[in-house]
Amino acid sequence: MSYIEDQREVEGTVLFDHRMAKKGYGLNKMCFSFNDQVGRDEFSKDEAGYCDKFGLTEIQKKAVLDKDILTLLKEGGSIYYLAKFAGLLKLNMQDIGALQTGMSVEEFKAMLVKNGQGK
Amino acid sequence: MANLIGAVTTSHIPAIANAMANKLEETPYWKPFFDGYPPVRKWLNENKPDVIVLFYNDHGLEFFIDKKPTFSIGVADQYQNADEGWGIATIPPVTGESELSWHIANSLVHDGFDMTICQEMKVDHGLTVPLSLMWPGNDYGHVKVIPVCINCEQHPMPQPWRCLELGKSIGKAIESFDSDMTVALFGTGGLSHQLDGERAGIINREFDLECMDKLVTDPEDLTKYSNLDLIEIGGAQAVELNMWIAMRGALRGKVTELHRNYHAPISNTGSGVLLLEHEMPS
Repeated sequence: MSYIEDQREVEGTVLFDHRMAKKGYGLNKMCFSFNDQVGRDEFSKDEAGYCDKFGLTEIQKKAVLDKDILTLLKEGGSIYYLAKFAGLLKLNMQDIGALQTGMSVEEFKAMLVKNGQGK
Repeated sequence: MANLIGAVTTSHIPAIANAMANKLEETPYWKPFFDGYPPVRKWLNENKPDVIVLFYNDHGLEFFIDKKPTFSIGVADQYQNADEGWGIATIPPVTGESELSWHIANSLVHDGFDMTICQEMKVDHGLTVPLSLMWPGNDYGHVKVIPVCINCEQHPMPQPWRCLELGKSIGKAIESFDSDMTVALFGTGGLSHQLDGERAGIINREFDLECMDKLVTDPEDLTKYSNLDLIEIGGAQAVELNMWIAMRGALRGKVTELHRNYHAPISNTGSGVLLLEHEMPS
């Protein structure tokens, strides 16, 4: 049995496996295009139109417009590509962490410190 | 026989590049992290490795998920850094060592590792942040670098046991290279962290420290973990430990720990530095 057939669920975690890689292909491809300034500029001018260019589903498109990271993960977004989207929005990893956990950024940072101290 | 003299572990977080660009090394947040590096820099400057074999993962700069190599190796004379979309400044080209790279690639495929062999390869912060950390001011032009890239982005990913085997094969290849050059290894990325989902923010200090101990004394023990175990214990991105395990697998002779630092959190990560000296097997 391969480890991805392991039935254990890791709560609060979406494995970016073959299902997600297929489901999120267009979404991740759009985020991959944010490596280039041209892609970032084009997205900023017309966010919805840019989503359509990459064939995003309506759920994905709405989640992009709403900056809803949790839905984007469930709809096949890879955090490595969503991070490029977050960067475009001028959000850092603590901002993203706060968005996903429902904490304020300060609360999220405090949790990191607490975890880092092994408490 | 090329001489493998030692190895270093380090994180490769984009925030480190920004901290260095903004000269924040001495601020309270960053100081405990950057204080871990002067002994490593000193060792590198004194021992002057000719080549660094650097284990890292690509974060969607060179490889998109249209084609996703499990293991890849650069065989170029030069590698370019490029815009990753997060506002980190690009840094000067990295010099390659194509002859040893090809020798390692040939040897790996002979040993059953089906490498993706890259004559062109854009290298991202996974590779460049460690170089900037070791040679501040991006003064790394004199060092040749061989990128070994391990998939940590899309499941299925190679497991710890397989990464250790990859490292062993690379160590054997370095030993069999007919040259008097000196080689050091960098294992980058790791340790516990999770960037995605409701569980974002996990850091497991106890596990990180245990992994660092085992990397020195008993790396085989880390192969008891599956990737899912690593995710459960250390967070979704704790699979980056695989790069450190691969690095350690290449050290086939006597290993001595010269220096260690652990600090958490840096960005969302537990950050560990190890400097390991290596005596070639006789």
